[in-house]
Amino acid sequence: MNLERITEKLNILADAAKYDVSCASSGSKRKNENKGLGNASNGICHSYTEDGRCVSLLKILLTNHCIFDCAYCVSRKSNDIKRAAFTVQEVVDLTINFYRRNYIEGLFLSSGIFKDADTTMERLVQVAKKLRTEHKFNGYIHLKSIPGASDELMREAGLYADRLSVNLEMPTEAGLKLLAPDKDRKDMIQPMGFLRNEIIQRKEEKKLFKKAPIFAPAGQSTQVIIGATDEDDRAILYSANHFYKNFNLKRVYYSGYVPVLADTRLPALNTAVPMVRENRLYQADWLMRFYGFRVNEIVNNDQPHLDLDIDPKLSWALRNMQVFPVDINKADLQVILRIPGIGLLSAQKIVSARKFSKLNWDHIKKLGVAVNRARYFITCNSNAYERRDLTGTRIKQFILAESQSKYLKNKPDQLSLF
Amino acid sequence: MTTTLIYDSTFEGLLTAVFEVYEHRLEYVKLVKGEWRSTALFDNVMQIVTDEHRYGRVLKGLQKKLSPNGMQRLYVAHLAAIDDADAAVLGYIRYVFDAPQNIEEDYGNRHVMRVSEIVKMMRREKHRMEAFVRFQRLQDGLFYSVIEPDFNVLPMLIRHFKNRYADQKWMIYDLKRKYGIYYDLHQVEYMEMDFSDGQGAGNVINSFTDDEDGYQHLWKNYFKSVNIASRKNTKLHIRHIPKRYWKHLTEKI
Repeated sequence: MNLERITEKLNILADAAKYDVSCASSGSKRKNENKGLGNASNGICHSYTEDGRCVSLLKILLTNHCIFDCAYCVSRKSNDIKRAAFTVQEVVDLTINFYRRNYIEGLFLSSGIFKDADTTMERLVQVAKKLRTEHKFNGYIHLKSIPGASDELMREAGLYADRLSVNLEMPTEAGLKLLAPDKDRKDMIQPMGFLRNEIIQRKEEKKLFKKAPIFAPAGQSTQVIIGATDEDDRAILYSANHFYKNFNLKRVYYSGYVPVLADTRLPALNTAVPMVRENRLYQADWLMRFYGFRVNEIVNNDQPHLDLDIDPKLSWALRNMQVFPVDINKADLQVILRIPGIGLLSAQKIVSARKFSKLNWDHIKKLGVAVNRARYFITCNSNAYERRDLTGTRIKQFILAESQSKYLKNKPDQLSLF
Repeated sequence: MTTTLIYDSTFEGLLTAVFEVYEHRLEYVKLVKGEWRSTALFDNVMQIVTDEHRYGRVLKGLQKKLSPNGMQRLYVAHLAAIDDADAAVLGYIRYVFDAPQNIEEDYGNRHVMRVSEIVKMMRREKHRMEAFVRFQRLQDGLFYSVIEPDFNVLPMLIRHFKNRYADQKWMIYDLKRKYGIYYDLHQVEYMEMDFSDGQGAGNVINSFTDDEDGYQHLWKNYFKSVNIASRKNTKLHIRHIPKRYWKHLTEKI
């Protein structure tokens, strides 16, 4: 091993890959049945970067040579940076050796497009194939599907990878046209559709024949960059909702734009990363996927943007005060899930525990509910409850005054973006 | 009056104590781990002798009224060896026997809630160790790691590491509790080691394989490269990896 050269390549190609935020290593059920190396199940974050993001996979580009010139991307053709490329064997060795030391859950391999879509995709597939067949590697593999790659290659990729993803890059077609004139949204949606059909079909086969090979068991995901163009949150969430519904996506990732390049089409270089907005989008995403909210309850024509100073669930509650107060000893789980300050787990615990005895404030607090928020919206087995007829605005003031919100001090930075 | 029950700190011993509680119709009891020393300190002391017949009956009774998951949780709570864990487990078991129905989900009961909290702490620590173990490859091919978890979670780690690293020899050593688990490609065994040479269990640099330094170097570099400086968030970073774990993490040393 030529340590110096590998180190240099790793630095360049990890640096270029880090703006892809997907880090999930869960959702797969690959077992270590061949007495080989590794398995993929629940996902473990092995470390965390100083910016607080999870490090779960060896996330690198095969190469940062690229024939495209997308304005938002550090690896764009016209950008004057150091270029590097790994060989297939180098990626395989790094993955195996990191994995054996329990540094990582697996590999997330993406690439700049160095000749054409198929050549690039073929090389990515080679890495995955080598890991699975020659090294009996059962850890997690996430491959980027290169837009425009052939169906044959995509099918082969699905046989070796746990997850495949195509990045939509921009939430809307217009945004993509503006910043990535070489790319066509159709080329991205086509492989998504192909994968969706293939995944459904393979699942059916698996039901009939137990020995049928597994195909991308952790499904597919995508990523959109936010804050690089001027879409509102409504446009972003409606688009995410569309892909969840029509393409069976496991996840949509929202990546706050980090200004890396000077370009008149983009926010200036000193613009802050829209971290709070990104966080609110994830919260809204969770509400859609786990809490039974419809997208138009979170954002709509009257409410095109998410509140930055309060979370979207609280925001919805304040706009819909007619629903509250809710009696937590009687209400359906679906209703309890909508109460601010109550999460998925505590909602389930409430529904289980109330079968035994009526719950009071003390119980609720012990179950893990954020009572300082929830108390404006619920009644329980106690005479003490909020009797004042408070308006949404007043409640918001109370809650904000009580919480030492880490977001308040960020607020001015956020506003300067729009 | 409170009766003090002294038992041998095993789970079976604890269950035998439960048997005695019912046998002698004890109302207020206190559980103490350890050896019989002197009666002068206590008015009312009973030495529990772990007995297969007795704990077997308690176990059987519990199995009738609890799900396998509920049984598992009691064992994990006991393993935690936290001050009030045994009291919570005892309270839980008495509630199980007193109630006509399955009470596993009655989080309004303080014993059920406390056991649930302790189990949550244990599971979190187990999960952390699954993440924070850093193997170092030694010359004899062994992948070796040292940890100092908050609770005694080694027994809970066996299954995960055995399934995952089936084709390499590995060992995880708990520096705080002075024992380890060792996998020899076939099965996992508990190990106690004597480090009389003064080096200690943590110091194995002299026995690294040739490429060990290289991969540690690469991993540190990788860790630095994936950071996005303009998103720095130290508070979040430390919440995810509390500082007490840093000394065994290759990338944080």
